[in-house]
Amino acid sequence: MFGQLLAQHFVHTALWAGAVVAIVSGAIGVFVVSRGMSFAVHAISELGFTGAAGALVVGIDPVLGILGGSLLVGLVLGLLSLRGRERDSAIGAVLAFGLGVGVLFLSLYQGYATEATNLLFGSIVGVSDGQLRDLVIVGGIVLVGLAVLYRPLFFSSVDPEIAAARGVPLRALSVAIFLLLGLTTAEAIQVVGVLLVLTLVITPAAAAQRLTARPGLALVLSVAIALGSTEGGILLSLEKSWPTSFFITTLSFAAYVAARIYDWSRGRQKRLSSSPPRRLWAVR
Amino acid sequence: MSVVTVDDLALRFGERTLFEGLGFELERGELLSVLGPNGTGKTSLIRVLLGLLQPSAGRVVVEGCPPRERCHRIGYVPQQRIFDRDVVLRGRDLVRFGLDGHRWGFARLDGEATAQVDAALAEVGASAYADAPVGRLSGGEQQRLRMAQALVADPVLILADEPLLSLDLAQQRAVVDLLDARRRRAGTPVVFVTHDINPVLHTVDRVLYLAPGSWAIGTPDEVLTSDTLSRLYDTDVDVLRVRDRVVVVGTPDDQHVHHVGEEHVH
Ligand SMILES: Nc1ncnc2c1ncn2[C@@H]1O[C@H](COP(=O)(O)OP(=O)(O)O)[C@@H](O)[C@H]1O
Ligand SMILES: [Mg+2]
Repeated sequence: MFGQLLAQHFVHTALWAGAVVAIVSGAIGVFVVSRGMSFAVHAISELGFTGAAGALVVGIDPVLGILGGSLLVGLVLGLLSLRGRERDSAIGAVLAFGLGVGVLFLSLYQGYATEATNLLFGSIVGVSDGQLRDLVIVGGIVLVGLAVLYRPLFFSSVDPEIAAARGVPLRALSVAIFLLLGLTTAEAIQVVGVLLVLTLVITPAAAAQRLTARPGLALVLSVAIALGSTEGGILLSLEKSWPTSFFITTLSFAAYVAARIYDWSRGRQKRLSSSPPRRLWAVR
Repeated sequence: MSVVTVDDLALRFGERTLFEGLGFELERGELLSVLGPNGTGKTSLIRVLLGLLQPSAGRVVVEGCPPRERCHRIGYVPQQRIFDRDVVLRGRDLVRFGLDGHRWGFARLDGEATAQVDAALAEVGASAYADAPVGRLSGGEQQRLRMAQALVADPVLILADEPLLSLDLAQQRAVVDLLDARRRRAGTPVVFVTHDINPVLHTVDRVLYLAPGSWAIGTPDEVLTSDTLSRLYDTDVDVLRVRDRVVVVGTPDDQHVHHVGEEHVH
């Protein structure tokens, strides 16, 4: 039965779609994590949901609504380019309002409830050939964008003051990364749904961060973990007909826990082997 | 030919004037220390020299070019900021940023750049932890890497904003010696912002003292006197020489009552 399923066209489409989304999410996740933008990812995806619900009400393709919602929020957050606590509270306020509007749209929408459920939890096996093509195009745009911006983006993420002194345009980069994040989120929503976008954008990058301090290697590991979780999740859901998103989140979370354990045990070995212990600096 | 020319510079935020009529030149190999209490505009002056902040009046020229046009590399060691523990960054990556972090695209695996990074790491004595995660290094180690980052691109000018903050005495000494050696060897002028003159007193050429609303520049013997500081603060200030140290008594900010953003009433 598993073998038969594997031969099906829709399964191939799902695996390809999953691969595209995983690669893009894993790659951008590294920047998102280094800039402390996890909460923004969550906000952008929930407002992608509002956009989709709005699109359902007016009867256009919900994917367009997702794109519109994600990009709009990405643009606003990028332009504000706030930092730290101020950013968190601004995002919280925008997020709550957007969800409220989404609730209204859903109540206005007279169609099938499954459409809404799919938005929230994803429906990778429902991806059509046309959608796959769109995923590839949008994913390509994000990857090219990341490749071009790679160095200054990374520089300004970890060391903004010096980057600014070097002439790196911080605000323009902030807008750019939020727009790319909007596109990525719109992609990921179609696979894992609004509520679980974090599992592809944040979890793999957070795991990779625990495994290495080499920036290039962290990027590769993050993509690999996202890819492994997504493809593994799709295959497991064929075997046992539980939701795909459950398997994807479980696999990526397992990778995260394993990475933390690895990091912890490595740190412990170091502490045991290096004596006398080095004095640590007080962190204010 | 001087490397830096600051001419009739003024900086105001709203109603508040940090300084005006500020002028000085920096020669090759000169070490200028910028002193003064919190909130008098030391960091802001550095930001003007970097071209990050437009002055309200006057002009700055670095090697014949306004800093905001970025014709020349300026090495910058910012007011200390400890890196996030989990940041994905090794010492050598941080230093490499100083070379080409502002360029588009990926960094190429380029032998010459690697050699420059290795040389800068060796210069500051940070080779041993070049491949360690930056976030797990001590404050002093991070500060050395910042120095390497500032030095790697062979800058025409070095700006260091309170680089000694939260370092112990041995580490303070190492930082000062490094900058001192660099300016003697390569002739790179250094602007060194500090709260406390004593760690640099033995090597500093001139002192720029920024007090609230007024300033003075000259050799330490000219500026760090009871007369000059009393005039700057418009109150009785005593400057004592105790052994090799300078102790200033009686400035209004003795107890560090100035906070950034606070209005000064004089
Ligand atoms: N961009 C700005 N807008 C308004 N006020 C500013 C700005 N930058 C600095 N200031 C004010 O200028 C004063 C001097 O700041 P700063 O240069 O950091 O002083 P210092 O480094 O000497 O402690 C502070 O009171 C600060 O609040
Ligand atoms: Mg300062």
